[in-house]
Amino acid sequence: MTPIQGVFLITAAAILWSAYMVVTRDNLIHSALYLIITLFGVAVLFVLLEAGFLAVVQVLVYIGAIAILMIFAVMLTRGDVDKLEQVSIANSGFVAMISILFFSTLILLMGQWPAFSSTAPELEAGRDTVVELGTALVSPKGYVIPFEVASVLLLAALIGALYVARPQGKGK
Amino acid sequence: MIPLSWYLVLSAALFSIGFYGVLSRKNSVAILMGLELMLNAVNVNIVAFWRFLAPENIAGQAFAVIVFAVAAAEVAVGLALVISIYRRQKTVAADEIDLMKW
Amino acid sequence: MTFWDDPIALIGQWIVDLMVQLNLPTNLIVFISTLVGVIVVASFGLIAVIFLIWLERKVAARFQDRLGPNRAGPYGLLQTLADIIKLITKEDITPAKADKIAFNIAPVLSVVAVLLIWAVIPFAPGWIGTDINVGVLYIAAVGSFGIVSVLMAGWSSNNKYALLGAFRAVAQLISYEVPMLITLLIPVLLARTMGMMGIVEAQSTWFVLLAPLPAFLFLLSSIAEIGRTPFDLLEAESEIVAGFHTEYTGMKFGLFFAGEFLHAFTVGVLTAIFFFGGWRGPFLDQLPWLGVFYLMAKALLGYFIVMWVRSTLPRIRIDHMLAFNWKFLTPLSLALLIVTAILDKAFEGSGSHTIALFAGNVLIFLVSLVALRQVSRRQQAARKPFKKRKVAKAPAAGKAS
Repeated sequence: MTPIQGVFLITAAAILWSAYMVVTRDNLIHSALYLIITLFGVAVLFVLLEAGFLAVVQVLVYIGAIAILMIFAVMLTRGDVDKLEQVSIANSGFVAMISILFFSTLILLMGQWPAFSSTAPELEAGRDTVVELGTALVSPKGYVIPFEVASVLLLAALIGALYVARPQGKGK
Repeated sequence: MIPLSWYLVLSAALFSIGFYGVLSRKNSVAILMGLELMLNAVNVNIVAFWRFLAPENIAGQAFAVIVFAVAAAEVAVGLALVISIYRRQKTVAADEIDLMKW
Repeated sequence: MTFWDDPIALIGQWIVDLMVQLNLPTNLIVFISTLVGVIVVASFGLIAVIFLIWLERKVAARFQDRLGPNRAGPYGLLQTLADIIKLITKEDITPAKADKIAFNIAPVLSVVAVLLIWAVIPFAPGWIGTDINVGVLYIAAVGSFGIVSVLMAGWSSNNKYALLGAFRAVAQLISYEVPMLITLLIPVLLARTMGMMGIVEAQSTWFVLLAPLPAFLFLLSSIAEIGRTPFDLLEAESEIVAGFHTEYTGMKFGLFFAGEFLHAFTVGVLTAIFFFGGWRGPFLDQLPWLGVFYLMAKALLGYFIVMWVRSTLPRIRIDHMLAFNWKFLTPLSLALLIVTAILDKAFEGSGSHTIALFAGNVLIFLVSLVALRQVSRRQQAARKPFKKRKVAKAPAAGKAS
């Protein structure tokens, strides 16, 4: 068991445990805090996969923006603090069986793929994936069109979220 | 070293947990949290495939960046909608928001 | 190499040789030497806080025309130690129905978020914790841990005012991250790399000469990020009690306090690295480790400016603060980014590169001044005149009661 494998196993255990806590806690703020642990674990996985830029962007975007947005949304949409509201549905055992079935089907199907247990090829040293990624995202022979479409999508989301969530009563 | 199978099993497990979260929760914000777990699992999958099968082609990381942008946009609009619904109906339970049913 | 060439590498080599003599496995040797490096860098930050708190109190006192602490030890140098002992011996109260785990983790996370920045700071040529090629983005990312810790602190205190304070604090922090990141992109643009060592090495002309206005904007948004006056609505005593750390006593409050001072000093260090040349200075070829002193001198200058601003300016109201950010700082920093990119590419490699960029900055500065003038004139004209009201008259002189 090399140290890298040990790190991976600890990270994987942390991710799966905190993901389980996200979907089972009744206190939604606890759910959001466990979601932060899961997102950080995924960032560690990105570092293990030699995608350092993606790891930093994961922390910046998911933990720094999306998780905080979730916590705000939970706090703003809490009903009466005393009334216990139901967060999960009644018979979630059936759903648990469905998702376990889904997981086993995925693993079975993937296990029959010959390259399932391949090992990582060596990356040549001195290669700067950040520069390659940046060039690919803006070069016409690369991925500039998805990049621009994503920018327009973000602009639409910005305007849409502002319009939908603005306080009412202005036009009355 | 770490074989590809470990990453794929991990992302399948994370996806299934997110799937369970989306189906078994009533609160809309909790459903969105499950959705985030699924998106993260997909991202791990994409980057693992990039690293193991085609590291010379930067498309894997570019795809993951676009997924980040899409996830952020979706969460922003989704939570804006949830807050707007809460203002009107005073509830965010997914089974009580049935305005279009008579 | 002699001792004076590179003392850190020599000491590191000595530790590794010691462990090799003890016949430890190679993985463990690498792990332990990395661990020693981590402990050294983290301790540097934490011990610097002790000095910084004393410095802050003395400088703030001098600005207010008084002496500051001068009883505990010569010139009051042991004052911080006395404060630490006092905070440790204070009663540690946890409010009833507070969320214990989140309540205890929040101050630790707040300090950790600042210490993590120190991992990528280049102290001297060749001395850096780790030279990742996305250092700038890493700094922005660990800032978000600090934001999460504020939210956790405010929510887990089970206190309405702490929660309100935490909301305001998070609104301010995430708003001012935007101009901070955009102005951070300008040194990245000019240095063609996101790695911290690369940015310092590319500053043969200091970036403050190429981009003075972004340097000023970076300092401004960073002061807002650390929650210092004039942006300290979050924790001022006359405002929302004490904001998100209302319910924290003893050493937990001490951790928030120390984290804030360390963050202020880190902002000074970052300004020095990105805009003032980092460890660059004279005589670096002969003695490379002089870079540490140059960096610390420039950082202390930046820290002095932060303290100066703090002692001089009054507080800004939260709605003015947010309006200032979104309506002025963000468009201005975006305009600066676009203009710097265009001018940098247009004058690349030519002799008038510096002059052109400096002139571009001055031009944008004048344009924004004119725009501000128009806006404030319009606001002045729209203000309602003060209605004269009846004023109570003082009794006539001589009519003593």
